[in-house]
Amino acid sequence: MARVAMRSLNKKYDEVHAVIDVNLNIHDQEFVVLVGPSGCGKTTTLRMVAGLESITSGQVSIDEKVVNELPPMDRDIAMVFQNYALYPHMSVYDNMAFGLKMRKFDKPEIDKRVKVAADILGIQELLKRKPRQLSGGQRQRVALGRAIVRHPQVFLFDEPLSNLDAKLRVQMRVELKKLHERLGTTAIYVTHDQVEAMTLGDRVVVMRDGRVQQVGDPMELYNQPANRFVAGFIGSPAMNFAQVRIAAENGSLWAESEGLRIKVPAPITPRLGRYAGMEATLGVRPEDLRIAGAGDAKDLGFDVAIEVIERLGSEILLDVAVGSATMVASVEPTVTARVHERLRLAINPDRVHFFDNKTEAAI
Amino acid sequence: MATVGSVASVAFKQQYIPAAKRGPITRLLEDERRLAFCLMLPTVVLLGLFIAYPFFNGILLAVTDTRVGVPGHFVGMDNFVKIWNDDIFHVAVWNTCLYTFVTTVFKLALGLSLALLLNRHFRGKAFIRAFILLPFIIPTVLSTFAWKWMFDPTFSVLNWMLFHAGIIHTRINWLGDPVMAMVSVIIVNVWRGVPFYAISLLAGLQTISPELHEAAAIDGARAWARFRHVTWPLLLPVTLVIVLFSVIQTFADFQLVYVLTGGGPANATQLFATYAYQLGIGTGLLSQGAAISLAIFPILLLVVIVQLVYIRRTETL
Repeated sequence: MARVAMRSLNKKYDEVHAVIDVNLNIHDQEFVVLVGPSGCGKTTTLRMVAGLESITSGQVSIDEKVVNELPPMDRDIAMVFQNYALYPHMSVYDNMAFGLKMRKFDKPEIDKRVKVAADILGIQELLKRKPRQLSGGQRQRVALGRAIVRHPQVFLFDEPLSNLDAKLRVQMRVELKKLHERLGTTAIYVTHDQVEAMTLGDRVVVMRDGRVQQVGDPMELYNQPANRFVAGFIGSPAMNFAQVRIAAENGSLWAESEGLRIKVPAPITPRLGRYAGMEATLGVRPEDLRIAGAGDAKDLGFDVAIEVIERLGSEILLDVAVGSATMVASVEPTVTARVHERLRLAINPDRVHFFDNKTEAAI
Repeated sequence: MATVGSVASVAFKQQYIPAAKRGPITRLLEDERRLAFCLMLPTVVLLGLFIAYPFFNGILLAVTDTRVGVPGHFVGMDNFVKIWNDDIFHVAVWNTCLYTFVTTVFKLALGLSLALLLNRHFRGKAFIRAFILLPFIIPTVLSTFAWKWMFDPTFSVLNWMLFHAGIIHTRINWLGDPVMAMVSVIIVNVWRGVPFYAISLLAGLQTISPELHEAAAIDGARAWARFRHVTWPLLLPVTLVIVLFSVIQTFADFQLVYVLTGGGPANATQLFATYAYQLGIGTGLLSQGAAISLAIFPILLLVVIVQLVYIRRTETL
């Protein structure tokens, strides 16, 4: 178990600057998830920690020791690959034992460790099989087994669940979480799936175009996104954005656009003051919109027309037209609504976000 | 011109009109078994004409005493007894086995090393890969003539280079010395065969996921261990098929030795094929030549069976 630190980490290929100045301190026993769209540099960052990719500049250290020049085998890490990377010609047992054999463990110790890992993962009956005789989920467990028998300082996961079907993915997600709680090994986990990131990570690192956008625990990212990208990336369905004009009137601020005029909630007003008379981006999550009732303040509501209704069972998603823009509202499943119906939505004033149009940073 | 055109158009009409409906041939071919037969027919005819017919004719020839211009009589196994007791035949068998074994070992070792090198990333990779194939593409007879010149007792460019590099002090009699003659034909065969091994093995290497090497590197396997435990076992089925092809071809090799040494000096490089040719065509003893050709058959059959069994075993691993 160990701390992992990245300092001003950079990776340049001929034309592409894939990873730009990544600074990250991962605590002992922490589960950190790197998340972002494809091509954001998350996998490259992980591979630099693993030693599979050379470091252009900056430093990676594991347990206070700089490992830039160490080959992967000497970094005391284990990695789980997206395509499992099981050795096809070896049995499950040999796949799990391979790392220990290479490290010259004696036979009884290898046997003990493989059996324990197989026990933890529930794959005792599969030990004699070859990888191609296994289902996707079973292969994933073997890949995990191969990582845990080594008792490494750090686990590295490279989109390990993305080849599984949706149901299995949810199940394995829970098991990974349990496994981490049981073993307590420091883990770095790469995924493009924000739900996976939110559910697994003690902390989540959102990346885009090689840069870290925000680091924080899942609720922090959800509640206080640092910029428009994080706000849009975290949360499902995604946050609604609208271009608004900030107008000052009688000592309070209003956000206006075609078909929308709401009073800026008091706590945000001081920060938004310098945008008076300018454009900004309003952000509100679908779950922070509701159908306006009699008790709702008039200046926090706006009229919409329903375009599409998505009934998900636990909630209903209303795709609505606000002027010429569209928004999604998540409402109670008991709501009865019809397409083309007009109704009034209200915004939860505590959960409105504003973003600078130029820098995209949260205001 | 006009009449030719009108005749052609009439012929076209006559052919075309019945085909618009479903003709009897179309209906016949609706049956998959008949269609399969029709599709296989060209191959069957070709194989029958050029493989099966000569093969059975060879068998018939081998049990007669036919010579050029002299129709033979049935003599049973006489020819096989004759070649069994023929010292030159024994030399040819030994030579062929040695030639096949040594060249296969070198071709595999060199081809594999080359394939491993070509599997890395470097500038001009595509060009080098194409370039490597040259010895394989050039007609064997042409390239062997070039080699013959390089091995020439007086004008040997190899001797000239070795001499000026200070490696040798007297000229090497490449094709005149019995041992060196065998070495020479082996060198040329290896030179010609390595590209086939390299490119085929490269294709095999590229089917191995790089992730497996990365996993093994993280698992603590150094370069040699990665090759031994990951690359080699995964490449084995491909390797066996390549070796199988190569062994069959090398065992029946003819052009190279025929051009370079003609089997000499004093039968030092005599192989199955060259000896069969020399006896059958050169001397005119058609039946004995046929018997020698047939004698390759059981040996090759054994090699093929052993390798096919082994390939099947590794494939079910």
